[in-house]
Amino acid sequence: MNEQDTPTTGSEVAPGGHGEAVRLDEGHVVGQGGIPERFTNPGLPHHVPRMADLDESAARRAEKQVAALFGISILGTLLFLVLYFALDVDETVFVPGIGATSATNVGLGVTLAMSLLGIGLGAVHWAKTLMPDTEVVEERHPMRASDADRSRVVQVLQEGGDSSQITRRPLIKYTLGGALALFPLGLVLQVGGSLGELPKKSLSLTWWNGGPSGPGEIPEFKPMRLMKDPENQPIKASDITIGSVVHVMPEGLLPDPKTQEGGAEHLLEEKAKAAVLVMRLDPSQIKSQKELDWGYQGIVAYSKICTHVGCPVGLYEQQTHHLLCPCHQSTFDVTQDCKVIFGPAKRPLPQLKITVDDEGYLVSAQPFREAVGPSFWERGQ
Amino acid sequence: MSTQTARPADALRDGDSAPQAPPSAAARKIGGVAGWVDDRTGAAKPVGYLMKKVFPDHWSFMLGEIAMYSMIICLVTGAFLTFWFVPSAGHTIYDGSYVPLRGVAMSEAYKSTLDISFDIKGGLIIRQIHHWAALMFVVALVVHMFRVFFTGAFRKPRELNWVIGSVLALLAIVEGFAGYSLPDDLLSGTGIRAMAGFVQTAPVVGSYLVYGIFGGPFPGEMIIPRLYSAHVLLIPAILIGLFTAHIGLVFVQKHTQFPGPGRTNENVVGYPVMPVYAAKAGGFFFIVFGVLALIAALVQINPVWAYGPYDPSPVTAGSQPDWYMGFADGALRLLPGWLEFTVFGFTVSMNIFPGALLLLPLVYVVLGAYPFVERFVTGDQREHHILDRPRNAPTRTGIGMAGITAYTVLLFASGNDIMAIKLGMSINDLTWFFRIALFVLPPIAFWVTKRICLSLQRRDRDLVLHGRESGTIIRTPDGRFFERHEAGLPEEQWVLVQHDAVAPLQLEAEVDEHGVARPAQRKDRVRAALSRFYFADAVNPVTPAELAAAHHHGHETEAIEGGDDTAQIESGETASRY
Repeated sequence: MNEQDTPTTGSEVAPGGHGEAVRLDEGHVVGQGGIPERFTNPGLPHHVPRMADLDESAARRAEKQVAALFGISILGTLLFLVLYFALDVDETVFVPGIGATSATNVGLGVTLAMSLLGIGLGAVHWAKTLMPDTEVVEERHPMRASDADRSRVVQVLQEGGDSSQITRRPLIKYTLGGALALFPLGLVLQVGGSLGELPKKSLSLTWWNGGPSGPGEIPEFKPMRLMKDPENQPIKASDITIGSVVHVMPEGLLPDPKTQEGGAEHLLEEKAKAAVLVMRLDPSQIKSQKELDWGYQGIVAYSKICTHVGCPVGLYEQQTHHLLCPCHQSTFDVTQDCKVIFGPAKRPLPQLKITVDDEGYLVSAQPFREAVGPSFWERGQ
Repeated sequence: MSTQTARPADALRDGDSAPQAPPSAAARKIGGVAGWVDDRTGAAKPVGYLMKKVFPDHWSFMLGEIAMYSMIICLVTGAFLTFWFVPSAGHTIYDGSYVPLRGVAMSEAYKSTLDISFDIKGGLIIRQIHHWAALMFVVALVVHMFRVFFTGAFRKPRELNWVIGSVLALLAIVEGFAGYSLPDDLLSGTGIRAMAGFVQTAPVVGSYLVYGIFGGPFPGEMIIPRLYSAHVLLIPAILIGLFTAHIGLVFVQKHTQFPGPGRTNENVVGYPVMPVYAAKAGGFFFIVFGVLALIAALVQINPVWAYGPYDPSPVTAGSQPDWYMGFADGALRLLPGWLEFTVFGFTVSMNIFPGALLLLPLVYVVLGAYPFVERFVTGDQREHHILDRPRNAPTRTGIGMAGITAYTVLLFASGNDIMAIKLGMSINDLTWFFRIALFVLPPIAFWVTKRICLSLQRRDRDLVLHGRESGTIIRTPDGRFFERHEAGLPEEQWVLVQHDAVAPLQLEAEVDEHGVARPAQRKDRVRAALSRFYFADAVNPVTPAELAAAHHHGHETEAIEGGDDTAQIESGETASRY
């Protein structure tokens, strides 16, 4: 015990700033009349013995309870082993309140729980009933090391510095500092530089620009048919009725739905940018002239990729002509050129200019005129 | 060595201690193995010390244990899962036993997750335990953090450990995100899509960052293996390292304890590791594991087969992250779109960047910094090993509740679509409600909490000042009667008066006694202002003098004059206390 320790019980606790000597020239001091500033810690309460401490039969009962819990654990483990072999992996079982569910999941889970809970509850019950429950006192010591220890560390460091002569030889000091500061650069460059391709223009391109739109690709525009996803069938303007909505990909992107052959080499990457929704509205409902001009007889095509963080804008309300993104609830009004009318997105969904070809199929008239999907720093460039 | 010797020279001399009884057979056996190890490591001393180490007991100290055990269970079940999971975005066609998805093109990652769920016996229970344990880990960790915060356990000397804990909390949710993104189902893929969108909005470098992370255009084939590497190797390694430091510091600094009779700032009162604490804590591991196994057996979690493989064009309504990412998602839902603007043709997405990329680290930086702020305010350099009762730190408790309220508003905001459907309300109204609530509710929570704390403190004072009625009626020589109150404090009320009295720090006078200006430093002014904010309306514990005064007062009113025929002995309840 060192001098910072105070007796465990019955002591004044942490006198704080109180109780120090008062200098006489500091004026009148109100007396305390012998009453201390603080209450005194009453010390550890008396130990109250438990049933099992006093009564051997209670102790034996506790022993049996603990043993029973451990027994349940053994039983659970054995049942687990049996069920592992007895149950088939695709068997289902009806559990009241849950319904039909995987038999192995319920069987193995419940028996595993038995085997674990038996051990856990048994051990805790044992500790609470039979192990000593008298509290033990351990002294604390301040975290701070002694002044001697502290100064020895400083001294050793100083001596180390002196004997290595680093303090006397600045050339070594500064070159070592420079070398240590620079060496991670190579490793950082290796990781950072080789992580992946640079985006180049690819965030601003889609398959609608004329084909593959990855980094380094310079697609050339050609009109593309709007293909139903996932059927990969071209769409006749006359097939789209007012109020309907069609999920569309550009021609050549999707593989054959039966054979899974063909299509874009980077299918998901292209889909993530090229997805388009085609809707047909009564042209009189469309309030934007540009929207009418870029559509065809009230058929309009908009990027399906939300301008917020890029989720597909999946919900179309036929009555209000609102498109809603299910991720963060940005709401776009199709009658107003997909302007944002609610939620965290800022920009309208980009419109794809469409027309019909000689056979009456919907085709793109030009690629998207701006980057689709979430914002990025240089998207306006 | 025999104690019976024939030669007198071998007999004990004066001052020799008698030989000890030989150790029992069992002790020799333990000693044999342990001795072998000790001969080579010298472990007996530290092990002996650790086995006798005392841990204080309180139910709230189990919260950290739950977090620790959940993490261990995640490590164990996670190791199992790596035996079957294929971290690859490679394309494949499903032909397993889940009929609805047969013939569907998907990634190896998704297929192997389906196999774990349907074709590997017991695979589903391990996967479900893993996911439930991960959720439990973050819940327990957050609640453990509440306990540490509200009891002031982060004060000196434990600030470092609080910072380590904050980093652990942040890493835990990053680890969770990486984990639930791995199956590559439609829901988790949508989560990654949103993450790509978040990263892309980072000013200046966003597009390069997102191409770096995904190894090219989203989604690419690199993200699954990279998340896997982060999830099973990088983050767990840091988690375990920091966790070891966290628990090591608990051992070195010894656990804090709640105030109580016999508990002081200089001792630890509790149970030794051997045998009580070992049995309780060890048993508790099995209880946590068992409860998780039971939940996993009975409650389905993340049924990836219902969502289908990831495809960037479809989406399911009600897409939601795991709960611990909810608050950041909620912030994204609340940020209005008009915060995005362009400067010199460059797009700055302040409608996304603050909620998606800034909020998460910011929350944990603020948390980690709190002990240092409070220490600046109090100027307190002492070590604190006795926990505060939350009511005895009303301002801190209020700040904590305000923070929890803001967090909860954001968390609920991330469920605004579900609420709108279930409650039949307008999602726009709900969103506006949460937007306003984020700014209005935390100050209200602060104020209400603080008032409740102050009231509870006053109640504690009342309880103490009321004194203990002894039931002993004393008759004085001149014929007066009074009830004797115990002058001392009842043992069970010690906890109500043990804490330190506090008062706001005062600035020194601006002008010294010679009339020379002595302007307070800016730092001191800030400290004094903050100190007033913390302690201006402090309710301090009853002092012995106050108790004595109250009793003295009480006795006089209760004293009964002799000869007064109508006088009755007043009970303590009806007597005025003052």
